[in-house]
Amino acid sequence: MASTIGVLSLQGDVAEHCRSIEALGRRAIQIRYARQMDSVDGLIIPGGESTTIAKLTADNTDAIFDRIREFIDAGKPIYGTCMGSIFLAKEIEGSTQGRLAAMDIKVRRNAFGPQRFSFETTLNIPALGEEPFDAIFIRGPVILSAGEGVDVMARVDANIGRLGKTAGSLPDESALYDSYIVMARQNNLLVSSFHPELTDDLRVHNFFLQMVEGEAPSGVSSGANVVAHQNQQRHTANPMALSAV
Amino acid sequence: MAVEQKEKKGGDIRTGSEKVKKALPAMLKGGVIMDVVNAEQAKIAEAAGAVAVMALERVPADIRAEGGVSRMSDPELVAKIIESVSIPVMAKARIGHFVEAQILQSLGVDCIDESEVLTPADEEYHIDKSKFDIPFVCGARNLGEALRRIGEGAAMIRTKGEAGTGDVVEAVRHARKILGEIRALSIMPREELMTYAKQIGAPFELVVKVAEEGKLPVINFAAGGIATPADAALMMQIGVEGVFVGSGIFKSGNPERRALAIVKATAFYQDPEVLAEVSRNLGEPMVGRTAASLEATEKLATRGW
Repeated sequence: MASTIGVLSLQGDVAEHCRSIEALGRRAIQIRYARQMDSVDGLIIPGGESTTIAKLTADNTDAIFDRIREFIDAGKPIYGTCMGSIFLAKEIEGSTQGRLAAMDIKVRRNAFGPQRFSFETTLNIPALGEEPFDAIFIRGPVILSAGEGVDVMARVDANIGRLGKTAGSLPDESALYDSYIVMARQNNLLVSSFHPELTDDLRVHNFFLQMVEGEAPSGVSSGANVVAHQNQQRHTANPMALSAV
Repeated sequence: MAVEQKEKKGGDIRTGSEKVKKALPAMLKGGVIMDVVNAEQAKIAEAAGAVAVMALERVPADIRAEGGVSRMSDPELVAKIIESVSIPVMAKARIGHFVEAQILQSLGVDCIDESEVLTPADEEYHIDKSKFDIPFVCGARNLGEALRRIGEGAAMIRTKGEAGTGDVVEAVRHARKILGEIRALSIMPREELMTYAKQIGAPFELVVKVAEEGKLPVINFAAGGIATPADAALMMQIGVEGVFVGSGIFKSGNPERRALAIVKATAFYQDPEVLAEVSRNLGEPMVGRTAASLEATEKLATRGW
């Protein structure tokens, strides 16, 4: 049976995700209340501001925050883009803001600097096939480290993160990172730092639908860590190395 | 092999493209952008759930009260506000003042408001916004004005309303006008589009695009006179995608409470129970003055061409 996907609709680019899901022939519904969660098979947390979503889910008479946690604990799939990946993360660098703390990743918010340094690029995402993916990063986060159960699905060159250094506050970590994780999966949770919903390429949403409908291969990352430009040794040698590598 | 791929990747980074500029406003949808005049207010706005702040030296109500030439804010102030929050920071440049815009872009603001609230620097031409790497938001009172700004490269439109009054009537007028014109356009026969484009002074290609898609090609917010949670929800129900609140928050009796209430009202704009709950005990709203009481020379919305 065709699945129904909820899109958390408290703030962010909700309509774009709904459009992608509908383009794949599934039903998308906007979720604002805990009670609506009963009718969905998977949930998308869209792009937006993570501090806003933290406030709107926590400081709320409706128990949507707890309901999403239950949804995760029940093994139901969630896909978080940008804000969604921050909201799902166990750890947010330098911040105690509210989060679901469900996925074993440490994220850095706004890792590339101000909007001037937001960018489009093509990404290798082996799990989606050979064709590169046009990825749009908007003041995007990155995953600095990931636990053992996390499959790394895509990375960007850390040099991109240095574009914004002229703007000031970002630390120079050229010695620490060759690349940053920008897409990952841990069991029922999928995150991307970029926004496939802003493009016509439906492969990421299709991958998520396979997770929802039970068709995705469990070992998605076989080969995914070998995104070509890695200097694997440097990661291994460094104490702050990405544990997933 | 590895080197080859690295070069391929490294050469493939595009900043400041139209897609990238239009995407930032898309992430602000359903949110509230708040005027702030210092880092302390910016932090209050962020803590209340604002999706972005507008860094200013004076809120529009004070600009009205004090008069004089109103310009881009001191870069020192803008920089301090950028440092103080993690959410996007916007700042205003005068209409046509592309050098103020260059300065704001170099400071690292995320979006520039080419704003009628400041004293116009050019009474004929707006900024060529397509030249910049960051998005611009511009005010509009009708579809023609909105499409002229988009034609110049604006990545986001807001109603002008009448800033600094606390009277929502002009924002309602402008939103209804723009959305009504879009509705009319979407059922207009194709042969009428060129004459319509000529009548409203809009680029033909954009008129065709709006006719085909039934919506603006950029995100559309409300601004100008929004002072209460109910005002914000009213604008959302009329059909805008988010709201700017200027003087309404920090000119009120309890900014923290009111800011959070307006954020919630914007998210739950269709839920009268939530609206009733968040509207309780907010303290004094900004005093304001009716837009109808303004002399023609006091109206900010008529600035822009």
